[in-house]
Amino acid sequence: MAEQRSADLIAEVETGLAGAGYIASRQIATAVYLAQQIEKPILVEGPAGVGKTELAKAIAAWRGQSMIRLQCYEGLDEAKALYEWKYAKQLLYTQILKDKLGEVLGGAETLAQALDQLHAFGDVFFSKEFVEPRPLLQALEQPAGCVLLIDEIDKSDAEFESLLLEILSDFQITIPELGTISAVTPPTVILTSNGERDLGDALKRRCLHLHIGFPEQRLEERIVESRVPGIAQALRRQLVGFINDLRTLDLKKLPSVSETIDWARVLVLLQASELEPQVVKDTLNVLLKYEADIEAALPEVNGFVARAGRHGVFG
Amino acid sequence: MRENLHRFFRAARGVGVHVSPAESIDAMRAVAVVGFADRDVLRDTLLLTLAKSEDEKRALNDCFDLFFETPTVAEASPPAAEAEAGSEGEDASAPGETPSGGPQPAGGAPSDADLGSLAQMLLSQDRTALAAAMANAASAAALSDIRFFTQRGIFTTRMLDALGIARLRDDLDRLTETDPAAAERLAAATDALREAVREAVSQALLLYGREESENLRNEILRSAPLSRIEPRQVEAMRALIRRIARRLRERYSKPRKRQRRGHLDVRRTLRRNAAWGGVPFLTAWKRKHRDKPKIVALCDVSGSVARVSDFFLLLIHSLHEVVSDVRSFAFSGHLIEVSEILETMPPEEAMCEIMAKVGFGSSDYGTSLENFEKEWLSTVTPQTTVIVLGDARTNNLDPRADILRTIGERAKRLVWLNPENRMAWGFGDSEMPRYATFCTVVRQCATAQQLERAVTDIVASYQ
Repeated sequence: MAEQRSADLIAEVETGLAGAGYIASRQIATAVYLAQQIEKPILVEGPAGVGKTELAKAIAAWRGQSMIRLQCYEGLDEAKALYEWKYAKQLLYTQILKDKLGEVLGGAETLAQALDQLHAFGDVFFSKEFVEPRPLLQALEQPAGCVLLIDEIDKSDAEFESLLLEILSDFQITIPELGTISAVTPPTVILTSNGERDLGDALKRRCLHLHIGFPEQRLEERIVESRVPGIAQALRRQLVGFINDLRTLDLKKLPSVSETIDWARVLVLLQASELEPQVVKDTLNVLLKYEADIEAALPEVNGFVARAGRHGVFG
Repeated sequence: MRENLHRFFRAARGVGVHVSPAESIDAMRAVAVVGFADRDVLRDTLLLTLAKSEDEKRALNDCFDLFFETPTVAEASPPAAEAEAGSEGEDASAPGETPSGGPQPAGGAPSDADLGSLAQMLLSQDRTALAAAMANAASAAALSDIRFFTQRGIFTTRMLDALGIARLRDDLDRLTETDPAAAERLAAATDALREAVREAVSQALLLYGREESENLRNEILRSAPLSRIEPRQVEAMRALIRRIARRLRERYSKPRKRQRRGHLDVRRTLRRNAAWGGVPFLTAWKRKHRDKPKIVALCDVSGSVARVSDFFLLLIHSLHEVVSDVRSFAFSGHLIEVSEILETMPPEEAMCEIMAKVGFGSSDYGTSLENFEKEWLSTVTPQTTVIVLGDARTNNLDPRADILRTIGERAKRLVWLNPENRMAWGFGDSEMPRYATFCTVVRQCATAQQLERAVTDIVASYQ
């Protein structure tokens, strides 16, 4: 019985994401479902523009939670990712409270006594009041839970990965002055990576590993349909067929889903009713981002358009 | 079912997917959530929890298919069943009601009753029962412990024993006397059963044995002398060298910067804290930049050393991320630079090209060192490690050890790798002892293992 229910629940995730404008393959839906069930982060890998970041947004939209995003870059450290002390505020407070300190310590006769009295107040200046929460800490403090997107983790330094391990496995952060802060509601964590460098095993072990490649033709058609509602069915089929052909070429950067959507929008704006070699050649710069790629693709355009046209009729 | 999952993890390790205990626990938890009912969901779940890269996913996917496709007797026996022309319906109903066309129903029914359970299953073509019996026999025979192809015979026998082949043989003998037709049928089914068991064992070997045999092969390959490996092993050796290079890259390509705690960088600290009137809340520490290794490699490509040079150059040139600059030179009679050939061509062609240019001569260390001194001595700086790979057999020509001394004084380190056995150094025309006095390190380097150690030491000396 449990099995049957889980299959239904996965289908439910799929429709939920579709409602948020994200057409997920079954594998993606399974990953999202499992991440929720066994409370593990998802590490999403794949080429640029296949909807890795979009997935996190869609989950947040579907569950009605807020999304907290941490964009990684080289040199990102804990002061920018976890928390920081509000130094200026601390400084200001010590200045203002100088007199008060005198009053408090007024009764003390020796230095040792003054110190004791000061200790009795605890760490006033290293309390929660003076902590500036950064994205990771913010994510743990959301009472209703949230979707935490750690974007392009491969761009950060290797040391930063180790910083993430605690939050990924136990959903908690340790601040030496304050102690350990656990999540109110465990957030759904999505990490994305373009594979610029290999991630450490320790990080990978803590995550579900999801690889999103280029979608199948039919799935991509559905994605275009959902993202660019104004497009005619014949054109949509031709366009996706053309891009699939284009991906068989040896290009520096293959066009991915985001380019497909952009291109579909461009074609709708140009009021094209079907693919024509001239239109394709004029708008190829939407799809291909390198001059060398455009040059390599140009001679193939006529053939691909003709094939895509046949797909449109018979497919 | 948990037992099955454990066996699957083992099979997964066999195809090179790294499954740690923690990962297997995660996978178990995930499977407990989704259940076994839907094979595609199960596959997705295992791929998500176990595989950590695209390659691993592909390998695991194939492994999954292989694992859950159990060879059954049913698959093997249809030809036998059809050959009887008696239709399956009749087979199934044989023990129960009397079939209309059965020639000796009276003889068949009582003999069935005192047959062994295996014989009954085979005669009635009870596929599910047979599959279950096979699975039980497989675990009784500990089939997942199979490691090497030489064990196939013993595991087949064990499984057949566990299935109760002895009883089946008795039954067969008895039936031959009482009911020849049924005996014939049973004999055919028995053959099919044997076939299925053999197939199950082969499959198990494919699943569980791969890791072990791969390890064994690599182990042998690692300690085989590079100069004498057979042509058919060259490809495997190249793969091994590439793996060594990857390991070195992973270990030593970490960022070259390290903070020196305790040395305050005053300039940066002041600038960073300007906002607070120069009160140093945030400190900046001095950093130390570490050099990436710079390597100049001189490789003897004459005669027996050529093979070793080939692998050595392959290794050195696969270390891009670790080593910032490699200049390679090849020599036998004279010396030329080969860095560009190695950078631009695939390894096999590059080696042919190099051999065509300088190979096949008798080695002349003196002239080669002179060539190097005249043209490229400036490439050797105090950051450079110079590696000479050769047997130091000078054919009784002038060794010009003085040039080697100059190189050694200019370089950070001068390493000599000699593929010959230490015992042979200094005998015959070997000038090794004379050269050795000017080298920082002299190592024997005849196998992949020694090659790895030598290169690791060189790279590690820069950390």
